[in-house]
Amino acid sequence: MKKVFQRPEVLSDVVMHYCPGCTHGIIHRLVAEAIDELNIQDRLVGVASVGCSVFSYNYFECDMQQAAHGRAPAVATGIKRVHPNNIVFTYQGDGDLAAIGTAEMVHAAARGENITIIFVNNAIYGMTGGQMAPTTLLGQVTQTSPYGRNAETQGYPIKVCEMLATIEGTAYVERVSVDNVKNIMATKKAIKKAFQTQIDGKGFSLVEVLSTCPTNWGLSPVESLGWLRENMMPYYPLGIYKEK
Amino acid sequence: MSSTQEIIMAGFGGQGVMFAGKLIAYTGMLSGKEVSWLPSYGPEMRGGTANCHAIVSDEPIGSPIIINPTILIAMNRPSLDKFEDTVVSGGIIVVDSSLIDRQTTRKDIKSIEIPATQMAADMGAGKLANMILLGKLIKETGFLSMDIIKEALKKVVPSKKQHLLDINMKALELGYNY
Amino acid sequence: MSDKVLMKGNEAIAEAAIQAGCRYFFGYPITPQNEIPEYMSKRMPKVGGVYLQAESEVAAINMVYGAAGAGARVMTSSSSPGISLKQEGISYIVGSDLPCVIVNIVRGGPGLGGIQPAQSDYFQAVKGGAHGDYHLVVLAPSSVQEAVDLMTDAFDIADMYRVPVMLLGDGMLGQMMEPVEFKEQKGRDLPSKEAWATTGTKGKRRKNVVNSLYIDPKELEDLNIKRFERYKQIEANELRYEMINCDDADIVLVAYGTTARVANSAMRSARSEGLKVGLIRPITLWPFPVEAFQKAVQTTKAFLAVEMSMGQMVEDVRMAINGAKPVHFYGRTGGMVPTPSAIIEELKKILGGER
Repeated sequence: MKKVFQRPEVLSDVVMHYCPGCTHGIIHRLVAEAIDELNIQDRLVGVASVGCSVFSYNYFECDMQQAAHGRAPAVATGIKRVHPNNIVFTYQGDGDLAAIGTAEMVHAAARGENITIIFVNNAIYGMTGGQMAPTTLLGQVTQTSPYGRNAETQGYPIKVCEMLATIEGTAYVERVSVDNVKNIMATKKAIKKAFQTQIDGKGFSLVEVLSTCPTNWGLSPVESLGWLRENMMPYYPLGIYKEK
Repeated sequence: MSSTQEIIMAGFGGQGVMFAGKLIAYTGMLSGKEVSWLPSYGPEMRGGTANCHAIVSDEPIGSPIIINPTILIAMNRPSLDKFEDTVVSGGIIVVDSSLIDRQTTRKDIKSIEIPATQMAADMGAGKLANMILLGKLIKETGFLSMDIIKEALKKVVPSKKQHLLDINMKALELGYNY
Repeated sequence: MSDKVLMKGNEAIAEAAIQAGCRYFFGYPITPQNEIPEYMSKRMPKVGGVYLQAESEVAAINMVYGAAGAGARVMTSSSSPGISLKQEGISYIVGSDLPCVIVNIVRGGPGLGGIQPAQSDYFQAVKGGAHGDYHLVVLAPSSVQEAVDLMTDAFDIADMYRVPVMLLGDGMLGQMMEPVEFKEQKGRDLPSKEAWATTGTKGKRRKNVVNSLYIDPKELEDLNIKRFERYKQIEANELRYEMINCDDADIVLVAYGTTARVANSAMRSARSEGLKVGLIRPITLWPFPVEAFQKAVQTTKAFLAVEMSMGQMVEDVRMAINGAKPVHFYGRTGGMVPTPSAIIEELKKILGGER
């Protein structure tokens, strides 16, 4: 019988720890499919971050390093400078990349570091239990913005792609979403393009994936997808922000 | 001369104080002595006075910091004011008399005055007062040899500036013969 | 004599690292160690290596983590406030059993402190400035030549035991010039990094994971115990110290790094005045040379620890002596440097009290 669906080779055969309905699983799979199709598994080194995706080193069947909170782009830089022919990627959430790791992200981009960042934005801290993230929307209720995020005291959500687009060193920056099948297909295409950018030696690539957190948003998985569309997409428009 | 010379060289930034100190240390090293060189560093180097400590000794050198120099080479007035009292009794103070409008008040040291900056200007090498002072010091003390300091000069002058070697040597000799 | 060159401590340390096979340097400028990154930026491209000026010390140490994890000989350097910033990364490097060399050219503190030489980072270096159960191997050279000679050791110890090694200097050592000779270093037989380095599987082996996260406490405890077994080997194999004139000494000075040079001068002057003074100079601060003190304590009457701090190493001296003899302390801090005459005065006070 012909196999029409199978686990990507670079995705480990283990049960993931993510909550039911979480879109991390989808994004992991898309990353793995892109890697398989580009046939780069043997020279791939991934960098896991801190947050919900902290265990991603267990889920990708390639060499992995676990980074301190926010430092994944610096760790990736170290690896890439030692092995320039390896393909090096980080997988980071919004707290890791856009709060504690802002400097590492921006300066890796400014150096045009030839690495790929998969940035998962679900507008909340998941692992620690639903606190406000740098990408939490105005008015959004979290454990540490119980009255809704208030611009006066808590500032504005950061638009990472828009910011990185202004930086000379970035080669490819796109925002995508995994809220429906069409967008999921587009996400895979973007991730593949980001890796291809690195393979071609063009420099820094980042794909921001709008994602859901049903557990900490307090919504069902399906409601979450709707919430993402109605609330996140208007503030975080999809599209290519930079392409060299 | 005693077996250890502790030399403080001080002046404005740009007078070649650090370079002259390094040259002393290098010459000492080529003479088979123990040597150390320590610069003042940080904000005090920016625009203000600069100084360095060079030690040349027959014995292993303890602290590279000089508290009581046996020799002070003062290239400006603030340096003389600052270090004059620290020189050991029986020590030497070399003064660039073109730039310093007073003599040392110490009676227990040997004072050497030489209008180094004027002499350097006269020979068309305004920045080489440091070499003239060194030449004079060697003449007066003999603790380093002119032959070896010329060898050292070749090593201390960066390869890009080797064309300046001759004029540096001339300045050394000018001081030596003053 | 002809092989000797006159070099600044910082530059000599950088050159020695390159000669020891270091090809990756990640750092951030801070006085008084700037000549190390400056030298590296000049030399690394010429030897096919990488110099990268990071956006912060935090980033630099994490680049070191990445490069070390990828199997490279890698180092960073900084001075006190910058080393504080690196502590997070140091803990992860320890926790992931990665080798690297960290140079700290210490300046006065706390806070922004000053830029003059100090030894007030002893606790941070030796007692663990970061979180978790660990030691750094800490090497404390007292001359530019010794710094150069210890550099190959530093990298070899790091690779041998998969631990970070810190070279602890101070502003004086970094800034001073001394004659130095780069001797042919015979490296050790070192274990291969194949089994753990993230070089890409090349389709030939299972994946390697560099990680310090262990959710199962038993697993984490086992790993910590295993790491401390390696520390035991380091204590047995890598101890370095110098003892001078201790056999007949009434009092033994204890000092490391550049302070030991001052103490040595003081000892020589004191001896010429007829005072029986010895000197113990720890070269490894961790492991601390307890055995030197166990020897000296048999014969001497008292110890005087001299440091450029308010008294940090002296605590290890007291532990090594364990109450058997009095341990005195003399220190200068904030960038002030002890003088031989001040040390001699202290010696006389102590000896006078006992006579």
